[in-house]
This record gives sequence, C-alpha cells and structure tokens, in this order.
Amino acid sequence: MKPPPFEYHAPRDLDDALRTLARVGTDGKVLAGGQSLIPMLNMRLMAPAHLVDINRVASLDGVEAGAAGVRVGALARHSQVERGRSHPLLTRALRLVAHPVIRNRGTVVGSLAHADPAAELPAVLAVLDGSVRLARWESGRIATREVGAREFLVGPMESAVRPGELAVSAFFPALGPRTGAAFEELARRHGDYALAGVCAVVRLDEDGQVAAARVACTGVGPVPVVVDVTEASRDGWDAAARRVQEEIEPEDDIHASAAYRRHLVGVLAGRALGGAAREAAGGA
Amino acid sequence: MTTKLFGEPVRRREDPRLLTGQGRYLDDLGRDALAAAFVRSPHAHARIRDIDVTRALDVPGLVAIYTWEDLPERVARPLPLLIPHPALTHGRTAYPLAREIVRHVGEAVVMVVAADRYAAEDACGLIDVDYEPLKAVVGLEEAVQGAQLVHEDVPGNLGTHFVQEVAGLDGRGAREAIEAAPHTLAFRLDIERSASTPLEGRGVYARWDGRDLRVYSSTQTSSSVRMAVAAALQLPLTQVEVIAPDVGGGFGVKIVHPWPEEVLVPWAAMTLGREVKWAEDRREHFISSAHERGQVHYVRVGFDDDGRVLGLDVTFLHDHGAYTHYGIIVPIITSTQLLGPYKIGAYRVEFSAVYTNTVQVTPYRGAGRPQGAFCMERTMDKIARYLGKDRTVVREVNFIGPDEFPYDQRMIFQDGRPLIYDSGNYPEMLRMIKELIGWDEHVGRPGTGIGIGCYVEGTGVGPYEGGHVQITSDGRVHVSTGLTSQGQGHETVFAQIAATELGVPIERVSVVTGDTRRFGYAVGTFASRAAVVSGSAIALACRKVREKALRIAGDALEADPADLEIEDGVVRVAGAPGATIPLGTVAVLANPLRYAFDEEATRATPFAGAADFDRPPVAEGDEPGLEGRDFYSPIRSTFAAGMHAAIVETDPDTAEIRVVRYAVVHDCGKLINPMLVEGQIHGGVAQGIGGALYERMVYDAHGQLVNASFMDFLMPYATEIPHVETAHLETPSPLNPLGVKGAGEAGVIPVAAVIASAVEDAEGIEIDRMPLSPSELFDLRTARDMK
Repeated sequence: MKPPPFEYHAPRDLDDALRTLARVGTDGKVLAGGQSLIPMLNMRLMAPAHLVDINRVASLDGVEAGAAGVRVGALARHSQVERGRSHPLLTRALRLVAHPVIRNRGTVVGSLAHADPAAELPAVLAVLDGSVRLARWESGRIATREVGAREFLVGPMESAVRPGELAVSAFFPALGPRTGAAFEELARRHGDYALAGVCAVVRLDEDGQVAAARVACTGVGPVPVVVDVTEASRDGWDAAARRVQEEIEPEDDIHASAAYRRHLVGVLAGRALGGAAREAAGGA
Repeated sequence: MTTKLFGEPVRRREDPRLLTGQGRYLDDLGRDALAAAFVRSPHAHARIRDIDVTRALDVPGLVAIYTWEDLPERVARPLPLLIPHPALTHGRTAYPLAREIVRHVGEAVVMVVAADRYAAEDACGLIDVDYEPLKAVVGLEEAVQGAQLVHEDVPGNLGTHFVQEVAGLDGRGAREAIEAAPHTLAFRLDIERSASTPLEGRGVYARWDGRDLRVYSSTQTSSSVRMAVAAALQLPLTQVEVIAPDVGGGFGVKIVHPWPEEVLVPWAAMTLGREVKWAEDRREHFISSAHERGQVHYVRVGFDDDGRVLGLDVTFLHDHGAYTHYGIIVPIITSTQLLGPYKIGAYRVEFSAVYTNTVQVTPYRGAGRPQGAFCMERTMDKIARYLGKDRTVVREVNFIGPDEFPYDQRMIFQDGRPLIYDSGNYPEMLRMIKELIGWDEHVGRPGTGIGIGCYVEGTGVGPYEGGHVQITSDGRVHVSTGLTSQGQGHETVFAQIAATELGVPIERVSVVTGDTRRFGYAVGTFASRAAVVSGSAIALACRKVREKALRIAGDALEADPADLEIEDGVVRVAGAPGATIPLGTVAVLANPLRYAFDEEATRATPFAGAADFDRPPVAEGDEPGLEGRDFYSPIRSTFAAGMHAAIVETDPDTAEIRVVRYAVVHDCGKLINPMLVEGQIHGGVAQGIGGALYERMVYDAHGQLVNASFMDFLMPYATEIPHVETAHLETPSPLNPLGVKGAGEAGVIPVAAVIASAVEDAEGIEIDRMPLSPSELFDLRTARDMK
C-alpha cells in the first residue's frame, strides 16, 4: 500500500497551478484534501504521473455567503464550511459526511469533483441546481466556465472536469423564503457512505401549499437521482415518495439488495419531504 | 496490607506509554532495514506457468527477487502442520512461496527485497506471473460436492471427518434418544466468515550478525516462532532470539506460525547479510492471513414437556479454507463447547471439514465457540417457542447443578484432555442476568425484543507456562514470562500478582513478556490462558523467591523465617518493631561478592562481617541471587462461564437493528483486576456485535474477496457499540494456585446468539443465520408477509 512513483508539484498561486495542470494534462491529478485520492494511490488503483498539490494556493480557501447563495472555494474544508453555517442544507449534509478527522481535511469541491454517487455533497448540489466553476490556463491567462450540477455530474466517479482544468469553487443557491430542506440517509456504520440517502427541498406558497418539491437521492443511480415531486405531492408525501421510488435505479451489492434500497428510498423520501415541508412551514 | 493488589481495579500501567505514542510496534523498529514486499496471487486457483522478473530488474533500489525455486530445501518445504489430529486425515499446508499451484487469492508467489517498501512494491508491480486459471472452489456446499478439487490428492475436498458421541445415562445414543423423545425439532443454522482483523497487521524484522539471528515478530508466540525459525534455517536454538515488541492486537490470527514471512524474512536477512523488514498492509491481511467462523450446522433435538434435552444430534460443515496450518482446533471447540452450561441426555456431533479456494481458517477470539453457542442457544429458544415456555425456564431445567462439579461431559477437549468442568454456578448466574436486564418486566413488551445467551468457555489450556522473578539490589522486582502481550494488560495483572505475593509496591515491579532472551520456555497467548497459566507460574516463582528472601533475612535478623513478613518491600519480624531489612539488601546478601560496585554492595564483600567458615559462600544446593523460576502446567482446562442478555429495537420501516441495552454476567473465577476483566468483556462484546450485525467475508464465485478493506468489511466503530452493563460472579477454580479462569475471549462468544434471540423476539421471525443486516431483515419480513 505505497503509491507508485509520481512527480509532485506544489504551486504557490492559481496561475502557477493552472499552468502546471495545463502542462501535465491527462497525466495529472489534483491533490486537495486527499481523502479519496491518497487511498486510491496507495492501493495503486490510480497511477498519475503528476500530482498537483493546490494546498498552498491561498486564494482558494474562501467561503462567500450572499443572498443568492454560498460560493465555496476549492480548499475550503468540510469542517470549515460546516462551522460557517452559511447554508442550512449544506451544513446538515456535511454532518453526515464521514467523521470529524476526515472532514478536517476533505474539501467540499474535492468531493464534488470526485463525483461518488453515494456521497452527500453531489446530491446537495444537484437538488439545489448549483454549479461548479472550472478554470484553466488558456492563451496566457485564466479562462473559466461555470457548469451546472446536471452537466457537472456525468457518471459514477466522473465529473465534467477536463484534463488541465481545476474546479476552483462551487456555488450552492440559497433556499429562499418559505423553503425547507432535509437530508435523510441510512448508513451501516456511523459516517459510512449511506446505503441510500434522500435530500429534499420543499417550497410552500403563501397559502402554505406546496409550490415546489424536489429530491436528490444518493446511492441509487450513477449520479444523484433528482426527482421533481411537486405534482406528485398533491396526493401527499407517500405518493411523492412512490414517485421517487419509480425514478431510481438501485443495484444489489454486498451491503444491501436493490429491493431493499428501493424500499428504503421510499421511507427516506417520505421522511425527508415531510421534514422539509415542516421546516418550510416553520420558516414561513 | 498496603501491597495487597490482587483483586483491585489497578489502572493499566501500559496505557500512558501506548496512548501517548510511546509504544514500540514492529514497524517502529528497523528504520534502516531493507523492505520486503510480495507478489501475491490474483487468482483463487491457478497453475503458475512462468514467472518473468525482467521488467522489475531496473527498479532503483531493488536488492533481490526470490521465487520458490530460489529457496534452500529446508526453507522450501511446506509450512508445518501445527496441531496434527488423527481425524485430520488430509492435512495440507502452504509452501512459503507458491510452488506450481496457488490456492487462494493472496497466496505469496514472489518475494522482493528493496531499499524501501515503495521500491519493493514498484518491483512487484513489474513482475509478470503467467497463470493458467483453474476453477475455484468457493462455499461449503460446492466444496462438499467435490466436483472440483482444491488439492488434487484430497478426494471430495475432505480434510477431516470426525464424530464424537456421548450416550445418555440409560446407554442410548443421541439418535435413538431423539426418536424416543416426546418432541423433536430439526433445523439448519449458519454463521458467516469473519476474521480477527487486529489493527496492527503481522510483521517481521530480522537481523543477522554472522552468528546470531534476532527476529522481531508481531506474534502471539515468540518462543514457538523461535523454534520454527531455528528449525527452518537449521540454526541451533541458542543462536536465535525472537522478540514480540508491542503488538497491536492479535485475537488469534497471530498465534499461527511460522507464517511464510516469518521464515522468509529471516532467511533473506541471513542470505543478504542485511537487516530486512516486512510489515503487512491491510489488504495483505485480508487476503493472506486467516479467517474464521464460517460454518453450516444441521441440528436435531429431542426433548420432554419441560424442555429437558434428551438427545442432541449436530452435524456441521467447517471450511478449512485452502490449508490446515493450525489443524482442526476450531471445529473441535465448536463440537465440544456447544454443550455450554447444560447436561444433555445423549449427544452426537459429527463434522466434515473441507478445503475451499479461500484464505485458510484458524482460530479467532472465541475460536469455534460463537458457532457452538449459536447452535445451542438457538436450540434452547426454539424449544421454548415450541413449548410456549419462557426461554430462561427451558435453560434452567437443563443446567448442570452447582453441586454437580466437577462435571464430566465425557468428551475430549481441544487440549486432548477430558472435558471436565471444574466449577460454576449457572442458576445463580441466570438469576443475576435476569435481574440485571430486568427480564421478567421486559418479556412481552411490544416494539422491542429481549434475548439471552449462555456459554461455558474452556480456558487456560496447557501444556505450561513459566515465570521468572528476580529482585535486584535496588529492591526492584523483575518479572518475566515467555508468553506474549497484544494489549491485554499483562504488565498490570502480572505486576499485581507479583506485588501481592512478594509484598512490594507495584511501582517497583516491572514485567517483560514475549522475549526469548528473558524467558525461553513458553507456549503462547491464546485460549484465554495468560492469567491462568503464566499468572499461576509467576505466583509460584514469587513464592520461591519469597521463601529464599525470608531465609536470608532470617539469618540477617536472627529470626525464624516463619516469624517474618514482607510489607512495602521491607522484611520485618511480625509484631516486633525495629528489626527490618529491605528486600534490596536481602538481594545484596543473596549474592556473595568479591567486588563492591556501590556502597550497598560492600555488605556482600569478603571482609564485610561475620561469615560461617563451615560452609561455602554459596551453600550447596543454593544459587546466588534473589531470583526464582517456576512453571505451571494445568491438569486440564478451567471452565469459565457467562450469560448475556440484550434488548434491541427494530425499525418498522427501515429494518435497522439497534441494540438498546447489553448486559453481561461473567464468572472467570477469582478476579485479579475487575477493571481489566470488564475491558476484556467490552472488547469481546464489540467484536461479537461485529459478527452479529456487521462483519462478513464476501467471496464471489471466482474466489475473489470483494470486501478486502475496512470500507467494505464493516468492523463496527465505537458508535455502533452500546454501553455494556456487567456483573461478576466469582466461583474459584480449584485447579490453579490463584483460583482464576480465563477472560479473554468470553465477551464475544454468545453475542450472535443473544442478538438473534432478541431480534426473533422483536419480529416474531425465526433467525437462523448471522450476521443479520437491515437488508436481510427486510427480506425476512417480506418473506413472512408473502406467506
């Protein structure tokens, strides 16, 4: 369990980081929190020729909260964002991510770029329709593009980050008025990747009726499965939960059967939607 | 007496060192040593056509590459079969490096030695082994069919077939008794594979100085590793020393020896004339050490209207894995310890143990007992359910009575000696556990389930251990014993024994274990035996030293030794203030000197004072120094017992199983340190809950272990383990000088049975296989609802 040889780069600023990434292209891998990358290197599941460590790039650790939402820099640690409490759903989701020691090192943006369909943060980005800002070195300057969650999360462990690009920040839109959110999941052990999880956002209109209801599910598809249940919820949350069950694509693995995961998502969706609606009503 | 420490909850003396990073584990040693790494088979079953190392030769730092063909004859032989048994008719062990055939994923094929582990792994990655894959045998049922063989010369994959039968008092066999019984039940019970998974893996570090070999190994038995290494390398025993440094857990897997690496690393060190070290990584541990537990049991039982068992017939299948390095200890223990605290009318047990293309099976804490307890305790619950009786009532009618000891179960136990229980009080334990958990108030309460499980554990097996105790002129007491420590707290409990026996403050006692330089004759740490066997040996050695100290002090004080006592390290005449002599001074006097090395030592020099010219300075039959050595060899095992009860909640929607309360009543005879016993129980229960709800080794049809990491092998965290409530009963063992019984494995034994009992109570669904996940409970509910 020792990594294969690689060349190590420790750029001091963003320009340097992007120039390095442009140079190493497909042979390069970005090291931020390292909570997934380092085990994969140690198990020799991955053998990048270059490791570009961005931890010294000071400009990337910011968390900016505004009325529209919160923008999280590439070096912001889970624990830092969790403590910042700048977005209630993000805060709640982060408490479900692994353990404090991992959250002290792991980064929010790194988790998104890793694109594990069982992870919490991609589901939060997806349910909120957030986005990720990607930067690259092009024609002697920094070029950026903003990619929406749907386009960003391509497949299992696959994001839209191209060789030479760096995910510099992620944007999580604010929930807005009369809106509540909840995250329900079931993990075998505390802090494990969940067998399945459901993250829900419910917005009520001024009469307290459901104006919008959306969920994103973890662990039951190649990417977070986003389902708009605004219509279905007219017949109650149980009907909405059944609607969610129809959309997911759970699979058997050694921890749970597909049938159990489908059942579980129904239970969790009912709980999450109900919780989000109660929060929306309380905050109206 | 201030120095009476036996029985006190003395805090663990090793903890400040271990908890502040001062421990010295295997990989903390030998920083300049060369590193070894292994190319391991990616196939469960394959023929090795060719090994091509060409591409690896250019790796910077590479020192050597070895395959089986490079090994000298004595090293190249298959590893020894450690515990032969007549029923193990087809015992097979692995070669240190695979010869022609690999029989499980993870079997070592090539050894690489390089400047560091990085380079060694780089070279491993560039060695091309050409395999011809063969069909893998996975799973007990497939192995039994014998269509495909793991070992070509083992027909039907059958390594062992063994029957033990004990007729009832009326002379009837079990099958006859069952036929004649008023009620009968038959069922199948499954337990899946798990493993010891100590947090520190195995590891070996060796250095050779041209004459002597010193080996450090993360082992449960340094003395036996020493003999095995000396034999394999054809060195005189006196030129080989083996030391177990701090060891980060063993739980059974490190009693197996010699592991291939324990022979190969010292051999490479001798061959290369360089220090060589290998520290196992986690994946290696999963795929190339050992597993346990996986068994399938078929039970038939006959009983009367009170639930009294008249006949019990158990047939089970045991999975050897690919090899039988440790013999058949695990199934023997299952078949004998299954009986628990009960007297069964007539008992027949038969097991077939088969080879599969999986990691070999060797004892893991509990060592076959969790399976046995699962069989017996599920049987008791099923009888109670059938008769509509309380589960504790059915157990009670079957208990051996407190006045029936010694109780002969009329079988042969794992140590080859009779299965005779030395002492116990099972009805009292049952009363205690029912009170502790609140059984009568809880039974039948909706929404939760309550369960119970009982066990008897044979502990403290022989053949022997020894202790050496030396008091030096500074008054310090140096205790050593040959068996090893893996975190149990031996430094504390052995010091408590010595401090109590010798009347010295515990601060002056130091303890060394597992170092053949200090004590060469030893067996090892396994089978809950350290406190019983080494503890007794140390007590006996202390008594020798004490006798000598009092004799010398009697001369010095001109008193009858019988009138002397030792308190706080000082010998005094009981009831006569004033006349005293410190033990350190006694140690000075015990060693007549020519040369003084400090002021105190002048008392032992030739002109220091009156001497008896009629006898030599060291009397005939005496030895210089204040030290003693003794051994304890038990006549047979001593039998500890326990009863556990749990309350669980099952989520009606998600099928999650939550252990709300867990209670243990435990009897390991006299307690040396109740706090350490509780710690052992807590750890055991945690491992038991792992086995009941989380852990399993998942092999696919090709023999790949698909969850060979702590991400997918679900060892529970502290967050999954409930608070464990404990109470002790102390029924002394009549077999040893301390009256103690073993406690190391106790906590783990009945847990799967207890949780199954509680979930069954909560759900009304029979639970016949463990572990049980929420997904599986959901499946059981679905099947019930479809009926």
